[in-house]
Amino acid sequence: MNARDHTLADFARTQASLPGARVPWLVSARHNAIERFAQHGFPGARDEEWKYTSVAAIEKNAFVAALRDDGDGDDAAAAALVDQFSLTGSAVHRLVFVNGRYRPALSAPGRLPTGATLASLAGMLESSSEALEAYLADDHGQTVFGALNTAFMADGAYLHLAPGTVVEQPIHLLFIATQAGAAGALISPRNLIVAEDGAQATVIEHYAGSDAAVYLTNALTQIFAGTNAAIEHYKLQQEALQSFHIAGIHARQARDSRLLSHSVSLGALLARNDISTRFAATGCAATLDGLYLVGGRQHVDNHTRIDHAQANGTSRETYRGVLDGHSRAVFNGQVVVRPGAQKTDARQANHNLLLSRDAEIDTKPQLEIYADDVKCTHGATVGQLDDNQLFYLRARGIEETMARSLLVHAFANDLVERIGVASLRTRLKQILFTRLPQGERIRELI
Amino acid sequence: MLKISNLHASVEDKTILRGLDLTVNAGEVHAIMGPNGSGKSTLAQVLAGRETFQVTAGEVLYQGLDLLPLAPEIRAREGIFLAFQYPVEIPGVSNVYLLKAALNAVRQHRGLAELDAMEFLALIKQKMALMEMNDDLLFRAVNEGFSGGEKKRNEILQMAILEPKLAILDETDSGLDIDALQVVSKGINALRSPDRAMILVTHYQRLLDYVVPDFVHVLSQGKIVRTGGKELALELEERGYGWLEETAPTAAHAEARS
Repeated sequence: MNARDHTLADFARTQASLPGARVPWLVSARHNAIERFAQHGFPGARDEEWKYTSVAAIEKNAFVAALRDDGDGDDAAAAALVDQFSLTGSAVHRLVFVNGRYRPALSAPGRLPTGATLASLAGMLESSSEALEAYLADDHGQTVFGALNTAFMADGAYLHLAPGTVVEQPIHLLFIATQAGAAGALISPRNLIVAEDGAQATVIEHYAGSDAAVYLTNALTQIFAGTNAAIEHYKLQQEALQSFHIAGIHARQARDSRLLSHSVSLGALLARNDISTRFAATGCAATLDGLYLVGGRQHVDNHTRIDHAQANGTSRETYRGVLDGHSRAVFNGQVVVRPGAQKTDARQANHNLLLSRDAEIDTKPQLEIYADDVKCTHGATVGQLDDNQLFYLRARGIEETMARSLLVHAFANDLVERIGVASLRTRLKQILFTRLPQGERIRELI
Repeated sequence: MLKISNLHASVEDKTILRGLDLTVNAGEVHAIMGPNGSGKSTLAQVLAGRETFQVTAGEVLYQGLDLLPLAPEIRAREGIFLAFQYPVEIPGVSNVYLLKAALNAVRQHRGLAELDAMEFLALIKQKMALMEMNDDLLFRAVNEGFSGGEKKRNEILQMAILEPKLAILDETDSGLDIDALQVVSKGINALRSPDRAMILVTHYQRLLDYVVPDFVHVLSQGKIVRTGGKELALELEERGYGWLEETAPTAAHAEARS
């Protein structure tokens, strides 16, 4: 049986046990989605969007949908992972998902302001699915994996903010994969963030796994920002190093809304992010930041798309990567400025540091501009550490390994400093120090 | 302290130093002058350990150590300091951090304890006052956005903090206005001492009005062609480098003969 047929059979086997199996619109949405997947199959080299990223290893692994487990014996392991990956140092509203399912016992949603609803998506699908239909059925910009997520989505976070609602503390969505529960599993988290007019919140989407687990996370997050709403979305991907991580984050912005997407990729053998936003009205602003640090045989692919569909939009995109070992990275930054989207101001930069001769990056800006009164810039660099800088540090008595670490740290830390949530920023600084040779020494000095 | 014998160095198959000899003793200040392209900066970089230059012949003894096989950081820890002609900007690494890392490395090598935060800050403030530098430069990234004068002051500040035994100042006067030149000179003079040697690499005589050398050497086509006292610098200023090239056998002639 080929991988596509295997997945179709898996859907046939599991569909009845997915949440909302008796909700007609959802059953039909799932069927439409699996139909799209059936027609297309897994993407191959012929797909322009997947030219540099092969999913053959995913097909070969023949993952099967994680079934409802409700804490079947890996509670202790799950709790230990939650301890390890919790963000400390500031109050957060925390929802924990273990192998894709919400675990109330490990979560601490805390008190949210009136007007804010934070819940498990599975629960919402069972109890009040009509509120979700318009959003979940919206499949703009979705890939084949997006369709696969819709077919198999089992749980995730649902955040709804009534007009004017402001959630001060960050919302931490922690998705962990345990050794026992995640082995061989397809995990399909689906998150829905709806900010009505003038609402504001910060959401951290965080993926982490037990070291030796091999699984596939296929996540999808949708963000709807109303007029003058502001959403800050952070993503931290620390999946197990032999696992696979495919994720989409797709936003739709109303007038004068602001979106920050900051995506950090550290884990997984293969990671792919599709991040997009669409300016559906004038005056929108989006900042897309990203950092990827990979080594060994890791492969990370960031595809971003900013759709300036309306005028007076501003977008700022900064992605940086550090590649070591035999790792490979792909950056594809698409910016579309549609006819009539005058006064668009878009800037994009992608900088890469290759620490090894065997590391490889394919970076491609993709600007499609159909309006004339716009300002769009882009720049991409690929390079090694600067010899002049290295020599300068060494001429001051700093040992070569340390000098290299210092320069790599400076390069990556620039993106870490842009993180507005202190506890997340601190966590990432710790990770940087841990990953760099002599990082502890640098930490002492800084 | 330093004995250079028959030093030959090249970059990308282009020979720059062609048999340079120089002896520098503790307490002495030597000026090395010469026209552009004569090899002044190459000499400074080779002494500091820049790997882009290949030493093809000759020997350098520094305090009895065979200097050439040593890595740049080891040379620095052994007390060699190069003030760069073009100080390098290092975004993301703060000046204070560089100073701390450098000082710790040097002190550790000398068997001294690291300074604690208070001692370190006190030392820095004192030296910054000497160099008439604003405190905010400490917390900015190394040389990033510094004016030409600030960069050169920053080099001398580093020297003052690291207290080298042999300081090599590469065109430290270039790009300085007269006020900055005075401050930088004051900083250099404050570091003159009987157990420290200095090599001033300079194109112009101007710096030598403020930092008076014990010896002046003229470098031409990769060799020292004339050595004298401080008055040699004045003579050069008056008559130009062409004067020497007429009176000394040039390396080109030497090659033609061989």
